[in-house]
Amino acid sequence: MTTSSLLLLVADGRFPAGAHAHSGGLEAAVAAGRVTDLATLEAFLAGRLATAGLVGAAFAAAAHRAVTSGSAVRGSTLALLDAELDARTAAPALRTVSRRQGRALLRAGRAIWPEASFDDLPATPGGAHQPLVLGLLCAAAGLSRAETATVAVHGTVTGAASAAVRLLGLDPYRVQALLVGLAGRCDGIAAAAARAADDPPERPAAAAAPLADIHAEAHATWEVRLFAS
Amino acid sequence: MRAYARLVARADGRGGTVLAELRGETPLLLRQTPGRGRAVTVYVVGGAAGPLAGDDLRLEIDVGPGAAVRLHTVAASVALPGRPGVVSRMVVRAVVRDGGALHWLPEQLVAAAGCAHLAESRVEVAAGARLTWRDEVICGRYGEAPGSAVVHTRVDYDGRPLLRQSLAVGPGAPGWAGPAVLGGAPATGSLLVVDPSLPHESATVEGTVARLPLAGGPATLWTATAADAHTLRAHLEGEPLLTEV
Repeated sequence: MTTSSLLLLVADGRFPAGAHAHSGGLEAAVAAGRVTDLATLEAFLAGRLATAGLVGAAFAAAAHRAVTSGSAVRGSTLALLDAELDARTAAPALRTVSRRQGRALLRAGRAIWPEASFDDLPATPGGAHQPLVLGLLCAAAGLSRAETATVAVHGTVTGAASAAVRLLGLDPYRVQALLVGLAGRCDGIAAAAARAADDPPERPAAAAAPLADIHAEAHATWEVRLFAS
Repeated sequence: MRAYARLVARADGRGGTVLAELRGETPLLLRQTPGRGRAVTVYVVGGAAGPLAGDDLRLEIDVGPGAAVRLHTVAASVALPGRPGVVSRMVVRAVVRDGGALHWLPEQLVAAAGCAHLAESRVEVAAGARLTWRDEVICGRYGEAPGSAVVHTRVDYDGRPLLRQSLAVGPGAPGWAGPAVLGGAPATGSLLVVDPSLPHESATVEGTVARLPLAGGPATLWTATAADAHTLRAHLEGEPLLTEV
């Protein structure tokens, strides 16, 4: 199988890691009345891309770099990346979600690539953060660092966009057209994230989004919700 | 304009704090004022308008073991445009040593139309030391759209990463006003409290204010958005949290 087919398989929302259960903060934004239509969805996705999208992709790329560089200190590098990502995730609800998604992705990764070095991940309570697992999984699939960042960014926008179709009853063709319109921006964010992986771990993007934290903590208190986050 | 200021505080051995060094230059002048408790109180007195694009302001703070410092600014700082393509920069480096306490409670940063401003803070807090750190951004003066401003805050506790956040507003930050970031609120900010003596609390959210316990140390971050500067300050007052300083 060629690398491009692997790229499509790993980026596919049907990859069995439970991505469909998450709305990337959209469900809470809809409930708060802040996302109501295509225009506000577009603004939401633009903000997600520049914040969580960039940070997640930068850390996926950095984890990919740590394992593909063959470094003897990859375990300690991954542990440091995990702590750095914690420091960029102020909301406990978002830390929990990221680690839960990391566990789900790790189950898939271990089953599909049993020979891969997932044991280098830090033994953090709750599991490693999702971007770190994604970086290792993409490396196991033979994807490049740039492709790894692209997969991460792709997941940021497609998860929220498909949730928007379900939550707001938006026309799926118009939502897809919106994603097509954002593709160039996604590529730009992915390229920036891949470059950031060469920086020391304390340097890469730390883009904050106050409403993402506020929405996530509000959402975590709901008794009934369609999406896990 | 370039300016460098430095503050070094040490415990005086009698339960109080002395300033071993206090120097500044326009527009970054430091003035000690009569304080209360064991902390010294210092105000940053803006000696000129701004910061203007091209300004490069640096402040270093060193709080020694057992010393306590409260730092305020006398007025909001209004980031203003200058020559095209040039940024203004305010860099704060702070170290709080064992048993020390630093309370950085400045007035708000206003990102005026056309500004290009970078505020960059880096704080190292020793195990057992305390920190209160407030960042507030007002997006534009009354009725105006802001220029580009980035507030980057990096705090380590006991040599480990505690908080990394970079809030970007204005034309250089896609989606900043949208429903994923500020939702149209013109005022936003955060208040970080590091205090090993505080009991562990769970996260709470009320309206657009959240209390967020951090992972990397005995610390809580309050984060908020608000319709105006006054409401934001009410969310991030900080003063009631300061005990015995």
